[in-house]
Amino acid sequence: MIEIVDLHKSFGKKQVLTGVNLTVEKGESMVVIGGSGSGKSVLVKHIIGILAPDSGTIRIDGIDITTLHENALYEIRKKFGMLFQMAALFDSMTVWENVGFSLLRSKKMTPKEVRAIASEKLRLVGLVGVEEVMPSDLSGGMRKRVGLARAIAHEPEILLYDEPTTGLDPIMADAINDLIIEMKQRLKVTSIAITHDMNSAYKIADRIAMLYEGKIVETGTPEEIKNTQNALVRQFVTGSAVGPITIEGVQYEKSFNRA
Amino acid sequence: MKSSLRSEAGHEERMLRLIELAGKTVIRFSEELGRILLLLFAAVKQLFRPPFEAKNTFKQMLEIGIRSLPVVLITALFTGMVFALQTFTGFKRFGAESLVGTVVALSMTRELGPVLTGLIVAGRAGAAIAAELGTMRVTEQIDALETLATNPVKYLVVPRFIAGVFMLPALAVIAAITGIIGGYIVTVGLFETSSIAYWKRTWDYLEVSDILNGLIKSGFFGASISLISCYKGFYTRGGAEGVGKATTGAVVLSSMTILISDYFLSVWLFK
Repeated sequence: MIEIVDLHKSFGKKQVLTGVNLTVEKGESMVVIGGSGSGKSVLVKHIIGILAPDSGTIRIDGIDITTLHENALYEIRKKFGMLFQMAALFDSMTVWENVGFSLLRSKKMTPKEVRAIASEKLRLVGLVGVEEVMPSDLSGGMRKRVGLARAIAHEPEILLYDEPTTGLDPIMADAINDLIIEMKQRLKVTSIAITHDMNSAYKIADRIAMLYEGKIVETGTPEEIKNTQNALVRQFVTGSAVGPITIEGVQYEKSFNRA
Repeated sequence: MKSSLRSEAGHEERMLRLIELAGKTVIRFSEELGRILLLLFAAVKQLFRPPFEAKNTFKQMLEIGIRSLPVVLITALFTGMVFALQTFTGFKRFGAESLVGTVVALSMTRELGPVLTGLIVAGRAGAAIAAELGTMRVTEQIDALETLATNPVKYLVVPRFIAGVFMLPALAVIAAITGIIGGYIVTVGLFETSSIAYWKRTWDYLEVSDILNGLIKSGFFGASISLISCYKGFYTRGGAEGVGKATTGAVVLSSMTILISDYFLSVWLFK
């Protein structure tokens, strides 16, 4: 279980998270929605301990990771797998070396064994025969699949997805959605995805939480979110430029047009 | 009256702005220095903690050391040659041309070997390190390392640091030898002086401390280049433009550090 309590984070004068509270049950698929620059990526990087909060706690299965020592933190990260927005594949390595990275480093297996596991994970995400390809020779969708294979290689309990469908065509995006659902069903993982793609959110989420101005303003099942009375959430999920959420830098133009 | 008041106010404002600018520069400099030192401490801490990155370190030694060798050889050879040419023609005016071997040997081991290789490696490997780590930062590869339970300082910085510290002295020695050979080619080949005299002059006045101090210097330069370039790459922000800035910054700061610290190291080592 993941429990986030009153999480605060600022960068310089800019307050990004201003008291985030969120609980994700074991085996649950949580989707955090929110506009660009709402702090979704920052939140996810806190959960895996890449960023340290100014205040607040994050408990992973009861352990507060914000107070953990460096080595203990690396240990707890083994519970996690993360798919990055642009996949973040190591471009100096082949696909299989990417997928098997953490296994190769732990030195508990021979490279041959790691390669076999890498092939198996690649098959799981729908890729065959790309083991020796360099990441730069792959398409965006394929890179994400390799990124996912890398994230699940060490059999994590928690999967984090940073904008899994961003930058993909609608068909490829849907294929990735299906993969995320499949990961949840086959691997029984807890997952947290951040996205602003509502189609994706409705499809993969057990519950959806909306992050706005550094706080979670609403949490609910996809059905509840669809029928919400909260004006902020309504505006976001229907994708309207008019409403309580204002777009930075566009205000002047609007008032100018009105006048 | 009015105009003199106004000009006084303007003068005051300009002074304030100047002080503000100076203050900002000092703050930025101390901030940067502090962060470089923090990275150094983090790297040293990881240096002695297993598992050791043998394969990675070897790869970086190849990259920083062996790949820089052709440029170092050519630069050192021609520097030695031109040095011999200039000193020979200059010293001839007061009949001291027999000292050319000594001058070339001393300056190559003490000064030019370490500094030239330092500047070459700063331009070649320093830029490459900053660009590689910078790209890894902006494409989230460094974050990805963390999520795969790998300490990026251990994985990326330590191997480059070790490679810098050991390969620079090795390159500097090779540069010094090549420079002395270059000097030999000109003095003996071009000016047709005695070959035995050149070598005798070279060895007679060269002390072990000259070579040792040259090694210490170049080791320090190697550490500085690796650390500064890793730092610039590691903290890159702002996409492709950021990577470009980090690369330029790494080369400029490394080169400045080499040239400035060279003076102070010389004062300390050769006083």
